[in-house]
Amino acid sequence: MAVKVLMPQLGESVTEGTIVRWIKKVGERVEKYEPLLEVMTDKVNAEVPAPATGVLREILVPEGETVPVGRELAVIAEVGAEAETGPPSPAAPAAQPRPEPAAVGADVVQQRSSPIVRRLAQEYGIDLSEIKGSGIGGRVTKEDVLRYVAERQQAAAAVKETPPAEAPPPAGPDEEVIPVSPMRRQIAQHMVHSYQTVPHAWLAVEADVTRLVRLRESAKDEFRRREGVDLTYLPFVVKAAVEALKEHPMLNAVWAEDKIILKKRINIGIAVALEDGLVVPVIKDADQKSIAGLARAIADLTDRARAGRLTLEDVQGGTFTVNNTGALGSVISRPIINEPQVGILTSEAIVKRPVVVDDAIAIRSVMFLCLSFDHRVIDGLAAARFLQAVKRRLEAYDERTSIY
Amino acid sequence: MAVKTLIEAIRDALAEEMRRDPTVIVLGEDVGYRGGVFRATEGLIQEFGEERVIDTPLAESAIVGVAIGAALNGFRPVAEIQFADFIVPAIDQIANEAARMRYRSAGEWWCPLVIRAPFGGGVHGGLYHSQSVEAYFTHVPGLKVVVPSNPHDAKGLLKAAIRDDDPVLYFEHKKAYRLVKGEVPEGDYIVPIGPARVARPGRHLTVITYGLMTTYALEAAERAAAEGIDVEVVDLRTLYPPDKATILESVKKTSRALVVYEDNLTGGFGAEIAAIIAEEAFPYLDAPVMRLAGPDVPAMPYAAPLEEAFMLSPEKILTKIRELAAY
Repeated sequence: MAVKVLMPQLGESVTEGTIVRWIKKVGERVEKYEPLLEVMTDKVNAEVPAPATGVLREILVPEGETVPVGRELAVIAEVGAEAETGPPSPAAPAAQPRPEPAAVGADVVQQRSSPIVRRLAQEYGIDLSEIKGSGIGGRVTKEDVLRYVAERQQAAAAVKETPPAEAPPPAGPDEEVIPVSPMRRQIAQHMVHSYQTVPHAWLAVEADVTRLVRLRESAKDEFRRREGVDLTYLPFVVKAAVEALKEHPMLNAVWAEDKIILKKRINIGIAVALEDGLVVPVIKDADQKSIAGLARAIADLTDRARAGRLTLEDVQGGTFTVNNTGALGSVISRPIINEPQVGILTSEAIVKRPVVVDDAIAIRSVMFLCLSFDHRVIDGLAAARFLQAVKRRLEAYDERTSIY
Repeated sequence: MAVKTLIEAIRDALAEEMRRDPTVIVLGEDVGYRGGVFRATEGLIQEFGEERVIDTPLAESAIVGVAIGAALNGFRPVAEIQFADFIVPAIDQIANEAARMRYRSAGEWWCPLVIRAPFGGGVHGGLYHSQSVEAYFTHVPGLKVVVPSNPHDAKGLLKAAIRDDDPVLYFEHKKAYRLVKGEVPEGDYIVPIGPARVARPGRHLTVITYGLMTTYALEAAERAAAEGIDVEVVDLRTLYPPDKATILESVKKTSRALVVYEDNLTGGFGAEIAAIIAEEAFPYLDAPVMRLAGPDVPAMPYAAPLEEAFMLSPEKILTKIRELAAY
């Protein structure tokens, strides 16, 4: 029997995936659950296991192509069924007997899906012919679907790091061709899409964080000792951003053409720079965390991002992004929005500068806060108010602020 | 807590309510000195006297008619119909008078009446002492219909019925009277009219039933569990108005529903439950809603093999559970 390989659903909101690489070639033998191909969605790659043991008979979608969830990708001929699906032998009779029309009864039951099965299949993007039914006449039952989904999710959880890219085309005499890794390509596509579809507007404010610097200086050694992670400025910025988002929920939203969807949960994406790219893991329910809790969450996500051990769950569901470009020494930047989010905030490098305080010149620690926002959703007024709210909170931190 | 039989729980509820409230009276055939043919009213006439425990003529229409009159005049009568089979002559009084008293008087009058009646077969009662009649009454808005499956609920539901200001039909499965025993709390409590009870939680399919069939379904469920089928049993307790929320919640979880009732299949109360599920839980179903009920023959036969063929049993329920689980 031929078994179809389908584009799996690699996460709740994922609707399509890109074929990164076919690990098996046509004609090769595969064992059930053996990695068959690599698929990329968002910024995570996953291996798709073979659904059956047999021979990879046909590849229907080439590498590099993006197809919707549920699309047939390949066909595996199950072992022992080769003769059935192989080329007809010369001795084969010219006219094959027509298959009998399905008898009413068990066969009909097998073809018909119950309401719950149909709903689950749609929800998870499953081709029911993939599943071996345990019901009457081989009917696929709800239990069958749920078991299949659980197995598939287990397989999909075997998320791995970016694979080496395919062989580059030959370079010209005075140029060097660098192959584009799947992550690079994904970033490229996402950035182009975001920049081309979202009308970016940009604002920056300057915050006097002298007291925050003092707070961090006084707390960081004790924090390092107690928590085992460094106390950076980022958790303070995230905390300030989260509180400002609570005050200005339009920034914690999504543009959906005919409507704007406000997000009730505040999930903050943190841009993490890698040597060969960038990932944006998400702190879920960031508004439920203290500064210390945020520091721990950031450290955990950053460590795992650098080790290539983020799960799909880690990079999904962000509602707003914070990027600590200051860590790279930048004093001002214009970030590209992580579409479909409405805004992205950068915290820039803290520098000491002479500033005027009460008509006197003082040396203060200052930083820029930059915000790119989707001008379809909000205008400059709302953006400025939000940014002022972030600034106000950062400037209010002092040595009495509790980080727990 | 004391372990009691179902009939002891009923007797206790009657006596306690009569002590609590002097307007509670009992009337019916042989309920006085005979103590009722099933002994449900034993001892009541000695304690409460002939004015509150009234032996009536063999005239069901009169029993209910008198009870309605008493109810309208400030009493809380508990009328006993000796066998549910004989309630039919009283249907005019129940459906045309008691059920609509509040409605037709725009709330000026009401009818705090309880009608108790033993029903059901499996006791060699033959054609006139075995019927299930609940469907006649679940069709009549204005009535409440309850069927306890165990002593705890029997006592609590009867107390709730007596305290209810509108007519309640209280059906007792006569085979369950002494077969079903269970713990009954000391002291006063009620089981509210309305809510069903999940008698056994399970994952794979839901059996919805009431009365003696609850006991049978629980036995079948235990045996099904040994075969790897995890059955949830919902004991309706109150048939009308039905507790849709509990029924639907269970079916949405298991996606498979089997309705079990002893009454004739066609037009039995379980048909209404099946309709509710089909209508309101359709997107959650993984199999057709199934029914297991008595056959569509005029009455429960007297001959033992025929009675056995008519009557449901744990075996028959288990067979149907297997069929539904395999779908």
